[in-house]
Amino acid sequence: MPKFKLAAELRGLYAIWYRELLVFMREPSRLVGSIIQPLLWLVIFGTGLGSIIEPGAVSGANYQQFLFPGILVMTVLFGSLFFGLYIILDKRIDFLKEVLVAPLNKSTMFFGKALGGSTDGLLQIIILMILGAIFFGVHFNLLSIVLTLVIVTLLLIAVTSLGLAIGSVMESPEGFGLISSFVIFPLFFLSGALFPVTKLPMWLKTIVAINPVSYSVDALRLVILGITSYGLLMDMTVLIVFTAAMVTAGTWAFKKIKL
Amino acid sequence: MPLIEIKNLTKKFDDFTAVDNVSLEINEGEIFGLLGPNGAGKTTTLSILATLLPPTSGNAVVSGYDVAKHPTQVRRSIGFVFQDPSSDDLLTGRENLYLHALMYGVKDSEIDKKIDEGLALVDLTDKQNIRMRKYSGGMRRRLELARGFLHSPKILFLDEPTLGLDPQTRENLWAYIKKLSTENKITIILTTHYMEEADMLCDRIAIIDHGKVVALDTPLNFKKGLGGDLVTVKTKNPELTELEKMDCVKHVQYKDGLLNLTVNDAGAHLQKILEHVGEAEDVELHSPTLNDVFIKLTGKQIRERSDEGEGGWMTRSMHAEKR
Repeated sequence: MPKFKLAAELRGLYAIWYRELLVFMREPSRLVGSIIQPLLWLVIFGTGLGSIIEPGAVSGANYQQFLFPGILVMTVLFGSLFFGLYIILDKRIDFLKEVLVAPLNKSTMFFGKALGGSTDGLLQIIILMILGAIFFGVHFNLLSIVLTLVIVTLLLIAVTSLGLAIGSVMESPEGFGLISSFVIFPLFFLSGALFPVTKLPMWLKTIVAINPVSYSVDALRLVILGITSYGLLMDMTVLIVFTAAMVTAGTWAFKKIKL
Repeated sequence: MPLIEIKNLTKKFDDFTAVDNVSLEINEGEIFGLLGPNGAGKTTTLSILATLLPPTSGNAVVSGYDVAKHPTQVRRSIGFVFQDPSSDDLLTGRENLYLHALMYGVKDSEIDKKIDEGLALVDLTDKQNIRMRKYSGGMRRRLELARGFLHSPKILFLDEPTLGLDPQTRENLWAYIKKLSTENKITIILTTHYMEEADMLCDRIAIIDHGKVVALDTPLNFKKGLGGDLVTVKTKNPELTELEKMDCVKHVQYKDGLLNLTVNDAGAHLQKILEHVGEAEDVELHSPTLNDVFIKLTGKQIRERSDEGEGGWMTRSMHAEKR
């Protein structure tokens, strides 16, 4: 009996994941739109601020290259957190009930949804990595590609879960927007995505060190550029704990969902 | 042993009692209707039976499993067609059915067959590869009906299955529901506030108002309980004593030129009755409808009435021209 059930759960997981992927592919504008914003940051912000930063001031890289891992994290943060909005839209129609009445474990439903959102994000990141390698002189080798994808995937699952947790609790898209802005901007600006952490004043350095997202930025910077403040072990430990915590919180919120 | 057993079921939302001490037994194979106005607690009851909401007190056993204790087992034996659209606009009809089959545990080897059968049942085979965004309201509801049944559940819940559809589409959907029920061994529980719908489809009806079951019977018995058909005649000089003498006439009332008769099997006796009504300008024969039952039981009209007005297809009106 447990074996049969596991198979059923896995098929359910696949169905929920597959739905998200199908929907995402049906609207290419979603993918294009989500790529434009990070590119604007790289091109305009990167060039603009880069023009007044002396070469080598940001640990040997030019500013655009230095910015690149931070922009990957930004793409994950903004794209995946707002994925939680879809749970509110699903609540507005009865699609969520169609899923909730299915003979599946609630955790399976939640994880399928989180994986679906993460897959959308991963596609964006892969496109950005290709563009980064071609146009911004970011160098990748096989190891750094694999490690980048692992780090990004963990962060995607964490942030999508956070978004879904907020979406599960909130009733309206407006409320969701408000709460997520409140969450996302501190996570982003205080992550060291836009500036090196080493020369910051103590108070800011401390806040950045408390922000779990900082460790993903640091890990990506290490893997892609060879620059690190915390070390890979610390980075990965924080990232894994953060992801586990967000999945747990998300599952909990999803189970409490009110229709 | 009944397939669904509800005992003293109560659901409160803060101070509001949506379902108030409801007890019901629903048997295998029947179409059971929960009839009542909007906000009477029908959807809440259904949601509890489908394990979407926990009861505040009391309990419900569906297909042998308690909804609060074994929700997953309960969900394995049910299908649900929701009141609001619950399919994905961006996907085709077939894709929606496919995802449902995966989630609801249809065997891999049977998925294609079941989907084809479902599409054929609701006559959507030729629309299966069109995105649902382009479906009409009736087509969407038909697809969702096929989807609710796709995994061959023992019990199918239909929450206001024809809400917001035009009368023609509604009758069309009734036919599909009837077909589903006669061709398969399935128990259907539906909620509706359309009298004709409950009358047309249901084997038994529970009338619900303010969260309570007000009455429970077959549509026929409900109407019989009213004691006959109503004949209304606009006339100046009826022979009241003659009418009162007739066996089939149960009740005579004449007021302001309007004659109201309660008659047993009025269709068969109309000819004789008309001989004694005098110079009739207008005659209306009105079979008792569930609407009349509802008014009698709750003292009011159902709060939101159907598009066609009361009775609809059941009211036969005829005009007797003065010679």
